Amino acid sequence: MKARAFDYVRVSTIDDALAACARASGDFCYLAGGQSVVPSLSLRLQAPQLVIDISRIKEMRGIALIDGALRIGALTRHAEMLISPEIARHAPLLRLAAPHIAHPAIRNKGTIGGSIALADPAAEFPAVVLALDAELEIAGPDGRRRAKADGFFKGIYETGLEPGEILTAIIVPQFGENDRCAFDELARRHGDYALVGCAIQGRFAGNDVEAIRIAFLSAGPTQKRARNAEVVITGHRLSPKTIADAQSALELDLDPTEDEQTTATMRLHLARVLLGRVLGQFSCDSPRGGGRA
Amino acid sequence: MSLSPHKPDSPNALIGRSVARPNAKRLLAGRGRYVTDIQLPRMLHAAFVRSPYAHANIVSIDTSCAATMRGVCLVATGEDLAKLCKPWVGTLDHFAGMKSPPQLPLAVGKVVWAGQAVVAVVAGTRAQAEDAIEHVAIEFEELEPVIDIDAARAIDATLINPDLGSNVAFHAKIESGNVEDAFRDAAAVIEKAYLFGRHTAVTLEPRAIIADYDPTEERLTVHHSTQTPYQFQDLYSRHYGLREARVRVVAPDVGGSFGMKLHVYHEDMAVVGLSIMSGRPVKFVADRIESFVSDIHARDHRIKARIAVEADGIIRGMDVDDVTAVGPFSTYPRTSVVEGNQVVRLIGAPYRFRNYRANLDVVFQNKVQTSQYRAVGHPIAFAVTEALVDSAARKLGIDPFEMRRRNIVTQDMYPYTSPTGYKFERLSHEACLDKLHALMDYPRLRREQAEFRRRGIHRGIGIAMFVEITNPSPAFYGVGGARISAQDGAVVKVTPSGEVHCLISVGEHGQGTETIVGQIIAEQLGIPMDAVRVFTGDTDITPHGGANWACRGAGIGGETALQAGRALKRNLLAVAAIILQARLEDLDMRDGEVVDAATGIPRISLAEIARICYFRSDTLPRDVTPQLSVAHHYSPKGYPFAFTNGVQACHVEVDVETGFVKILKVWVVEDCGRIINPMLVEEQVRGGVVQGLGAAFFEECLYSDNGQLRNGSLADYLVPMAGEMPDIEIAHVETPTLDTELGAKGCGEAGTAAASAAAMNAVNDAIAPLGVSVSQIPMTPQRLLRVLGYA
Repeated sequence: MKARAFDYVRVSTIDDALAACARASGDFCYLAGGQSVVPSLSLRLQAPQLVIDISRIKEMRGIALIDGALRIGALTRHAEMLISPEIARHAPLLRLAAPHIAHPAIRNKGTIGGSIALADPAAEFPAVVLALDAELEIAGPDGRRRAKADGFFKGIYETGLEPGEILTAIIVPQFGENDRCAFDELARRHGDYALVGCAIQGRFAGNDVEAIRIAFLSAGPTQKRARNAEVVITGHRLSPKTIADAQSALELDLDPTEDEQTTATMRLHLARVLLGRVLGQFSCDSPRGGGRA
Repeated sequence: MSLSPHKPDSPNALIGRSVARPNAKRLLAGRGRYVTDIQLPRMLHAAFVRSPYAHANIVSIDTSCAATMRGVCLVATGEDLAKLCKPWVGTLDHFAGMKSPPQLPLAVGKVVWAGQAVVAVVAGTRAQAEDAIEHVAIEFEELEPVIDIDAARAIDATLINPDLGSNVAFHAKIESGNVEDAFRDAAAVIEKAYLFGRHTAVTLEPRAIIADYDPTEERLTVHHSTQTPYQFQDLYSRHYGLREARVRVVAPDVGGSFGMKLHVYHEDMAVVGLSIMSGRPVKFVADRIESFVSDIHARDHRIKARIAVEADGIIRGMDVDDVTAVGPFSTYPRTSVVEGNQVVRLIGAPYRFRNYRANLDVVFQNKVQTSQYRAVGHPIAFAVTEALVDSAARKLGIDPFEMRRRNIVTQDMYPYTSPTGYKFERLSHEACLDKLHALMDYPRLRREQAEFRRRGIHRGIGIAMFVEITNPSPAFYGVGGARISAQDGAVVKVTPSGEVHCLISVGEHGQGTETIVGQIIAEQLGIPMDAVRVFTGDTDITPHGGANWACRGAGIGGETALQAGRALKRNLLAVAAIILQARLEDLDMRDGEVVDAATGIPRISLAEIARICYFRSDTLPRDVTPQLSVAHHYSPKGYPFAFTNGVQACHVEVDVETGFVKILKVWVVEDCGRIINPMLVEEQVRGGVVQGLGAAFFEECLYSDNGQLRNGSLADYLVPMAGEMPDIEIAHVETPTLDTELGAKGCGEAGTAAASAAAMNAVNDAIAPLGVSVSQIPMTPQRLLRVLGYA
């Protein structure tokens, strides 16, 4: 299929992007890595009058440690997560999750900002930023603001972004000495949207889990933290009983949906199995950068 | 003259060698020329409005708005094209009693599957045509769709084709020996229902066609991504009332076919009519969604089967009931009943029991048509056969290898006729089983399996035997009244510089036909591979033939090339003998030269013979007119089919918590007769295995209750990908057919024939200690978790 005809403008600053948005007389969309937008245009799932290409905006690129937090430009590509020393050191959970995103050709083009702004319920990075307790830097017609990742994902393709707003950067708290993380997912084939995925980051005090954030993808209409499971684990050693209790708690945490691949019941079952396995990789004895890539 | 193709040590030997494909570099470099690469002057593009409903009456169509849109040249409805195109009916005479309704390029009056083309828009670009189809207004009146396999035969079923009086397209029954007696007092009887999902071919290059009608000469040229250009020349000519000799079908580079590209598709027929209506070339390239809703699907069988065995494992008989749902009509011109027919005739084929009964019902359904796809019927027949054999072996406590050894048709029994009437010249079941046993180190794997089981790891080993139908004679289609050739033709000619061109009716779509034809010709003529160029797929230029289907390219096309090459060699040596004043029988051809046969001393080069014949024929005797081009046709005359055989093994690890299966390894021992190119045979087998594993674990066309295809994209329809595929180790047994001098049989479907059978047996072997089994493919995590008691 071919896209319906549309106007196209390429901007080089955030202000120019917002100005183009303000001038738009009809539907418009932003284009970054294009790995979701371009297929949806070709399939005529969306047919905006104007496409604003934000992929060349310099201030939305780059990874830097600023005031004890890592600022990741929204245009940072998935492939960069795999090679950036800053990511490996300060936000290793992103590096653990990135290989699970589609295939190399897609990772070379797709951006973290695009993944988060689109909020596909099967995407990896929305779950990761929840587990990281990240903040999102947003520019819009009414100025710039920051939003917590918690509460940002509201439903299928639905986020806290207001019309015209652009996600410009992701701010991640620096990875601490006693922090550990783990990520895994169950996908039918390498690169497929996962049947269920799980991202964990937390802090150990000795052998006890002092704090933990567990976020799931593909386990409901949107990425979601498993807060009951987190409560079960917090303050405890990761014994088989703690893990089993956390697995049980997922029934309260998740609202799995049914699709061609899985019933809701099976999805919950798989989420429990996966939580057990990811917690198995999440250990105070494992390397700081996570048990497995 | 040294003419034997069977001497790998002879100076010219190319047959039996892993010669690299001459076309691989060009294709890998992106220099392939596929239909979509062809741009003709004044060419237009077609797009189709498709039915959103699986079953509905068409109340009204309003094209007035679309017709005035930018770039639009023509909007055509079913009625418009019906004025030009004679309807077609997908039946064959030798399937007694089969029924199918007449079909036309676009829907007239009603639609019978979701995705059926209703209105065609032809415009300057594909994008303009797609813009316009959004403005075609069609009013539908929904009818009850027939979706479930049982719904078709319900007493109060909606009739998809009311004129036919029922939703049953075909019924067949086979009875051999005495099944009732066989099952009475048997030591064990196992009965089970097996389900096989729909899947589809998913060629890398989708269907693509350009029809170019020239009204001044009443000539039609069709550039077509097809495996059977000659068949389509005949069909386009007959259905559009054109003189056959003025219809030219050209298949340029073809990016995969797998049986999918030899059926009549409504859009393709429509494009021919649209070119006639517009007087301009019209192109249609199916996009991936269109491919999913309009390419043929395959399989979709439900089989209830039982096996009766003696206490020592000897099979007494089998009894099967196959229901298959094929779509709203039978596909043209090869029908949609061949798969079912081959399922019930191939079940049990490796084994020597004589009591067999089968019942086949082929029913209509409001889904896209099904028809022949790689290994037609074989994967289903052997999945059922081999699952039954394994179940019986398990029940009796007999090892799967031993169970098979006790039951196979043995060397002393050939020629052998199966209970279903298939005639086997000679198969090699014992040798294949022995070779597989050693190749996979079966005892070691069993020891390892026991060790892993103690650690809670569930690994399984599955064995599956198969026979494969190849080299079909006119018994396949010709006797049924179809104008589908079972013979092939080749023209071989010497160029003035002493190279050789071969024009042959078998085609190249990625499997390596050009390579093996080149090898055979080069060996006959004693010239290097790179001195032979092979031309295929142009009905104006290449000789008429059957082209490629049912594994006939190597066996029939190869024999054609062999005989043509020998005929040219005789002509060349005859003229060389005159030039050299030597005796013909003292000469041979090696390394591009005519040589003294005894000493190998070069006497005259092929280039020099060509120079003399083409430019200085005055130097030859008056009564000598050298024939440096020869034509040769070959048609199979002996056995109706050259059956091949083999055995596969699959090794898997089942994650019993998630239902995920890791495919650890596959082994295949196959016997395709004379091997022309081991590398190409092995790649054919590997590709076939991968498609079989796709069927076993991944591929399935999923429909909603109202007949909507729910996973018509490559994100949702899971094709097997390299990341999940295991190493596939292959070994060979060679039992050449004596029907031809070449001795080659087909190999293209061997991998697919039993891969899913071996996989299902492997999974069941893995989970047997848990007391459960699976009998449905694809074996998805969901289905495995269900049998494992979760979800």
